[in-house]
Amino acid sequence: MGLSTPGRTAAGAVQDLRRPRGRTLKEQVFHVVLSGATIVGLVVLTVLLVDVFADGFGRLRLDFLTSYSSRHPERTGIRTGLTGTLSLMVLTAVIAFPIGVGAAIYLEEFAPDNWFTRVMQVNIANLAGVPSIVYGLLAAAVFVYLLEFGRSLLSGAMALSLLILPVIIVAGREAIRAVPRTIREAGLALGATPWQVTYRQVLPVALPGILTGTILALSRAIGEAAPILVAGAVFSRRADNEPWNLLEPFGALPIQIFDFVKRPQAGFEIEAAAAGIIVLLTALLLMNAVAIVLRNRYSSQL
Amino acid sequence: MPQTQPQASAADVAPDEGRRQPSPLVRSRKRNGERVILGALWLCAAISVVTTLAIVVVLAVEASVFFRSVAVVEFLTDTRWTPFGNPGSPSFRVGVLPLVNGTLLVTGIALSVAVPLGLGAAAYLSEYARRGVRKTLKPFLEVLAGVPTVVLGYFALTFVTPQLRSIFGSDTVQVFNAASAGIVMGIMIIPTVASLSEDAMSAVPGDLRQAAYGLGATRRHVVVKVVFPAALSGIVSAVILAMGRAIGETMIVAIAAGNLPTMTIDPFDQIQTMTAYIVQAVTGEAPRGSLTYQSIFAVGGLLFVLTFALNLVAQRIVTRFREAY
Repeated sequence: MGLSTPGRTAAGAVQDLRRPRGRTLKEQVFHVVLSGATIVGLVVLTVLLVDVFADGFGRLRLDFLTSYSSRHPERTGIRTGLTGTLSLMVLTAVIAFPIGVGAAIYLEEFAPDNWFTRVMQVNIANLAGVPSIVYGLLAAAVFVYLLEFGRSLLSGAMALSLLILPVIIVAGREAIRAVPRTIREAGLALGATPWQVTYRQVLPVALPGILTGTILALSRAIGEAAPILVAGAVFSRRADNEPWNLLEPFGALPIQIFDFVKRPQAGFEIEAAAAGIIVLLTALLLMNAVAIVLRNRYSSQL
Repeated sequence: MPQTQPQASAADVAPDEGRRQPSPLVRSRKRNGERVILGALWLCAAISVVTTLAIVVVLAVEASVFFRSVAVVEFLTDTRWTPFGNPGSPSFRVGVLPLVNGTLLVTGIALSVAVPLGLGAAAYLSEYARRGVRKTLKPFLEVLAGVPTVVLGYFALTFVTPQLRSIFGSDTVQVFNAASAGIVMGIMIIPTVASLSEDAMSAVPGDLRQAAYGLGATRRHVVVKVVFPAALSGIVSAVILAMGRAIGETMIVAIAAGNLPTMTIDPFDQIQTMTAYIVQAVTGEAPRGSLTYQSIFAVGGLLFVLTFALNLVAQRIVTRFREAY
């Protein structure tokens, strides 16, 4: 007995050498489970894309893009949504970009280290976690009724601007922070004023990064339905209204998709909605492609 | 064990605003004209604070109009939500609990999908994947978070629900149900859980792993017994943030979960969440000034308080436990 115990341990050790600890069955199962968990999201994404294209590709004709909404599923189109989303995005960019970049410059270059700066920083982090529908409630109360913009393009764009402002500010700050400190010191040493250094030295270098962040923020805004729904986006518009008037009622692609999905006929719920989704996803893809191109050019520059 | 570690690793993960070297422009003297520009920049930054204040004021003011007609206690404890009748009639009941119940049910389903999958993905990316694999997988995972939620709602209603109905029978599973919305929402928040948890796991110092390997631990043991506990605070705050996103998510539930406020806990039943109610009320043309219209601000206020509290808790956990090593 006294002899057999070390003998058995030795046998165990030999076995351990043949099957190194990393290769036991439990280890392998654990590895497979973890990689499986990583893959699930991608599989679902693929299934989603295949499903949407199978449902909607046949419905995707040119007249689908140029027709107004109709009661007949085979004649309905997304013109209201397309023009609405286009003007919403332009207006949102015009409002949110200068404010976001201004805030990023201030916080990164000029903000003194005091309590109000810290309040602003904590607050921006918190705003990013506020549900988007709450921005819709804010817009409904303040822009639509208090400032009397009505259920208009302007109200919708301002709701979206507030929503993506934290994203632009954070991206802007990162881009500005990445500009080497030596550039600022050199500028100051040559007698440039702080604003000249910011405007002529720092901003041009940081601009590609800022633009990338802004486009990514806009690509979040383009898919948002909840806030503009609450701020008064409409499902369909009469043919004689054009969306360029800021105080006109407006539609948007996600709103139109929501409307289609909610209708009971399969021609709307399945096909028209899926076709609308393909258009929306294509727009998203294009925006992301532009952002990636900008980012690559930017990183090769520094 | 944690105290012996240097602080560098923690500082690398979450660069502390206060300790970073300030820009040389902060202290340099400005001309008068530049003070005007600075004022404008300050205004831009202050807009974020104004936004928060405006949200709080708007929700408080509009909700207080609602609470002039409805007792707060009734709102928070009544278990019927039928706000579309005539105020004062017995069919007009405004107890928010069914909406809260619906929200928590969907959120619970979403978390039970997202937490295991998200943590699994985080552990894989942080502990197993080679650098190249991680670099290609991570952006694809992030794409999930960028899919518009109407698209996910469409997917839940027209793909996941039919699957559920064919598996569990169309008598058990309603056309609109909490399960399909919850599952798809869970997929949506995987990147939130995975990405923040992975940051926390990668921040665990390598010496802890080496020490464990030196004692004969396997990789699985290192992940489960060393990395996971050490990264727990980051993981918990990731889950809380994901929970906040699920509670505030609107379009998936508005499309796929239905519009029937009930106290059910059956995932295959139709329910209504707080966010879906707001959508229903605003698309149903509740006239401004009506009690029904005011109710969306009361519900929105509750939603804001809930998500804001979750965010604060998540941040508190991260900052409190960040310096552990």
